[in-house]
Amino acid sequence: MSILVNKNSRIVCQGITGRQGSFHTQQCIEYGTQVVAGVTPGRGGETHLGVPVYDSANEAVIETGADVSMVYVPAPFAADAILAAADAGIKVIVCITEGIPVLDMVRVKAGLKDYDCRLIGPNCPGIITPGEAKIGIMPGNIHTEGRVGIISRSGTLTYEAVFQTTTNGLGQTTCVGIGGDPVRGMNFIDCLELFEQDEVTDGILMVGEIGGTDEEAAARYIQEHVSKPVVSYIAGVTAPPGKRMGHAGAIISGGEGTAEAKFAALEAAGVGTVRSPTEMGSAMLAALGG
Amino acid sequence: MNLHEYQAKQLFARFGIPVSAGEVADSPRAARSAAATLGGDLWVVKAQVHAGGRGKGGGIKLARSLDEVREVAMAMLGQRLVTPQTGSEGLPINQVYIEAGSEIERELYLSMLVDRVAERVTFMASAAGGMDIEEVAATTPEKIFTVAVHPAAGLQPYQTRKLGYGLGLTAPQMKQFESLCANLCKLFNDCDLSLLEINPLIVNGSGNLVALDGKINVDDNALFRQAGLVSMRDPSQEDEMESRAAAHDLNYVSLDGNIACMVNGAGLAMATMDLIKLHGGEPANFLDVGGGATPDRVAEAFKLILSNASVSAILVNIFGGIVRCDLIAEGIIQAVREVNVGVPVVARLEGTNVDKGKQLLADSGLDILAADDLTDAAKKVVAAAA
Repeated sequence: MSILVNKNSRIVCQGITGRQGSFHTQQCIEYGTQVVAGVTPGRGGETHLGVPVYDSANEAVIETGADVSMVYVPAPFAADAILAAADAGIKVIVCITEGIPVLDMVRVKAGLKDYDCRLIGPNCPGIITPGEAKIGIMPGNIHTEGRVGIISRSGTLTYEAVFQTTTNGLGQTTCVGIGGDPVRGMNFIDCLELFEQDEVTDGILMVGEIGGTDEEAAARYIQEHVSKPVVSYIAGVTAPPGKRMGHAGAIISGGEGTAEAKFAALEAAGVGTVRSPTEMGSAMLAALGG
Repeated sequence: MNLHEYQAKQLFARFGIPVSAGEVADSPRAARSAAATLGGDLWVVKAQVHAGGRGKGGGIKLARSLDEVREVAMAMLGQRLVTPQTGSEGLPINQVYIEAGSEIERELYLSMLVDRVAERVTFMASAAGGMDIEEVAATTPEKIFTVAVHPAAGLQPYQTRKLGYGLGLTAPQMKQFESLCANLCKLFNDCDLSLLEINPLIVNGSGNLVALDGKINVDDNALFRQAGLVSMRDPSQEDEMESRAAAHDLNYVSLDGNIACMVNGAGLAMATMDLIKLHGGEPANFLDVGGGATPDRVAEAFKLILSNASVSAILVNIFGGIVRCDLIAEGIIQAVREVNVGVPVVARLEGTNVDKGKQLLADSGLDILAADDLTDAAKKVVAAAA
């Protein structure tokens, strides 16, 4: 088992003929992901990377039965691509694109309420169920099938968590990069709920960072609803207030969003925390009885 | 991207939001003639810098004669203004804004931002204007009124009324307020703002609402479709290193320490800074070279890091992933040679071909220490910087 995506997932890549879309889709195919279609408006009828390209997400779904979309469409057009995927009946939309205007995301989130679908990202590495489906830009080879669910707002810091849990033998069930934007799709709580229900996930690693209050909300949720051990690390203890640290959403503003406040909320809720990013794997191992 | 007050007020005027008459000036003489054009017998001279708290820093002064306007402008222009929000170095005052003096009956607070939890554009209003709103929020949150605007339905009259009642507006002011808020919504959406603050929004001597100050942040992600706003950018108000970094697609933030870091990925970059601190060092910067970490970018990153004179050691932390570690190692070696890095470099590489990468670093004959893991890297760099 796993959450959201597995070996049966049928993936359509929106923006497949672009440079990023091509490169990463090729990597996903090599990993064994079932990529069934691509979409680039105006390129319908072509074959790219061995899969058929369609003019619209809707056509791709009708022709190939795609149920998961991977979006590499450039930022100015990404909001449109997400809503097109939702309207085509896609159930899981994974948006890798970085740099989408926040007001576009506000409109997208309101628009998605009409559909029964999940959005992961944007500005994220994607989602992977090791050994089954890699949907995104993460290096597949560092993952291994196993027991830990990983949720993270960051890219390479997720790889760090993955690498540590691979090295110590725990392995991962599914890893979700929820992205570094202030307004995004699935949040910590949505993923916590799914991992709690997932039979093979034994423990959950939650990687947060400065900005917003989502980790605080997750802490309250864990206290009330999550029975599995959760280990959390928050990046940005040394980040100065008022400065955006790379990610659009990683900013301490109005005294809100500090790493200390997040650590405090998690610890008050009884969540295991580590102050060093190098201890995520070992703490998870200890929490699972070593 | 931040705008100056005078630029914010130009936008306010364009969108039908009431402001006092004013003119921007970049010399004492221009300030005097601006005041003469405005007329009257009381003017406010306001330093134009990208920071709040200007009043406390002496950046807002009243003048009662044209000569006084000139003198105040002369004292401000060319200086750096230090406010509670600027840090000790302050920001350069290259322009002053001359505004006709206003009679102030009441000072209110009004702002708009993208609320991350509501995922909507949200108005915040308070009758406690002119004060530090964060303090009001902390001590008397009941004095702050908020409404969230549905992106499709738009701002509704009941929402404006809620804010207006909260502010204790009279019936005629409520009418003004409704159109003011509607216009602000249009401005916020049309210009892709991420923050708009009017503090204070005043009730003037005639009982009318006027935006006496204006602070605007534009969403950087939306600049591709806001060409008109891009031309309002004032690089003199931005950190020089950060601007240089941005020109090379690098994400850089200056910090006070002496251990520089170069990392791929924003989250890992923050984690690396935290780890340096955890092991007793002080990070000199945040630097995300991006997922690719190509030789060119690594070289640019070294140049950038080294233009900070307080740097005494550099930690390179690259999680290779799809990019192979041996390629990254070659990039680092090429960059260290080309840039002539004079301080110790500790490199931690992880990912595909990591052993080959480490070997390349060891064989380079350069002052590059290959670390075994991240903790080892942090310890080594802290020791190297000491």
